[in-house]
Amino acid sequence: MLNTNLKHIETEQEVKEVRGNNENVMICCGRMGPMCIPVFSVMEDLEQTYPHVTFRDQDFDIPAADFIRNLPECALFMGLPFTVYFKNAKVVAATSSIQNKDQVMEILDREFGKQL
Amino acid sequence: MENVDTENVVIAGAGPAGLTAAIYTARSGLNPLVLEGFVPGGQLIVSPEVENYPGFPEPISGMELMDRFRKQTEQFGARFKMEVIEKVKRGNDIFEVDTGIERIETETLIIATGAEARRLDIPSEPKFYGKGVSGCATCDGAFFRDKEILVVGGGNTAIQDAVFLTRFASKVTIVHRRDYFRAVPAEMEKAKSNPKIEWLIPWVVEEIIGDNVVTGAVLKNRETGETQQIPCSGIFVAIGHDPQSKAFKELVETDKNGFILVEAGSTRTSTPGVFACGDVCDPVYKQAVVAAGHGCMAAMDLEQYIYSKEEVKC
Repeated sequence: MLNTNLKHIETEQEVKEVRGNNENVMICCGRMGPMCIPVFSVMEDLEQTYPHVTFRDQDFDIPAADFIRNLPECALFMGLPFTVYFKNAKVVAATSSIQNKDQVMEILDREFGKQL
Repeated sequence: MENVDTENVVIAGAGPAGLTAAIYTARSGLNPLVLEGFVPGGQLIVSPEVENYPGFPEPISGMELMDRFRKQTEQFGARFKMEVIEKVKRGNDIFEVDTGIERIETETLIIATGAEARRLDIPSEPKFYGKGVSGCATCDGAFFRDKEILVVGGGNTAIQDAVFLTRFASKVTIVHRRDYFRAVPAEMEKAKSNPKIEWLIPWVVEEIIGDNVVTGAVLKNRETGETQQIPCSGIFVAIGHDPQSKAFKELVETDKNGFILVEAGSTRTSTPGVFACGDVCDPVYKQAVVAAGHGCMAAMDLEQYIYSKEEVKC
């Protein structure tokens, strides 16, 4: 169970809905560990400044995480968390392991447009 | 950046030192604010098993131990914010802490920011982070089931990681640059008796090989200069830590390696009202139990500072 202030994705239906109903989506799939918590924190920090992006997290160990875990873009990943960026439900970027604020912002700006 | 609160005590860091300082200052009614940063719990949370923390006869994971620290701290009313100090400005009897999110005024400051893991000095390392290179065996070990991996380092973390990773990997090779180890004998014995562990000393990693993921490494022998290429799917790096004191360099004195200098036998820094504890000022012991003790000292030194100031005012 993730103890963050982000909205969690807990079912496969929610995965579909969040991708289907939002143009720009960032999902971070991980655990409450030292590599994942910093990414969750960065997302919490950026939620206000990127209102055109939907931020969600997901527990890596629940069945609904199969969707992220089995994405071809994550096939070579060997470090938590798996962070995936969707534009119109399609994967436009994906990263493995810890990322800092600058790295996350670089992808958000590039794929979804700069912060408002 | 509009918020300006005034605090009695701000504690930077939420490892054993910071949380112990928070427990003591909270119990003294000082209502501390802990700025726990982006990785609450400090370095200990990557330890798969802690066997030497007094009071825990059975091994406990670093994550769980720090979770207990945190619960105990919350119990006494300490407050937490997941923010990192970027800069501290010294005013008249007050410190202005800038976290990039807000500015917080505080009468006193305890620096317990610990240390951060060193990375290999190899240009290709960042490219392979999450694709074979890792700094956290407990986080990423399971991705290396039946694979051959390297663990780089010779301290307790490296040796514990190597033993832990044998649960998953088919072979773990410890690569260490010196011909002696800093790890304690108890940990070394566990590693030496593990048939899945091999040793390469005194070797260093010169280059990481792979296209999209790690497929091998080029190693160099530090004595003979000989190089060899060995296949591996993962490289776990545990080569020590550097003190996280950058944000405080203009506020307090540090040594040439960045460790904050404190008065002998105390946690007082060169700036009155600022105290340092734990690994950020400890180049020698670097143990959780020592950090916790330092945290207690910092809280008591701080209380004394506050009370002596009040006496002067009276």
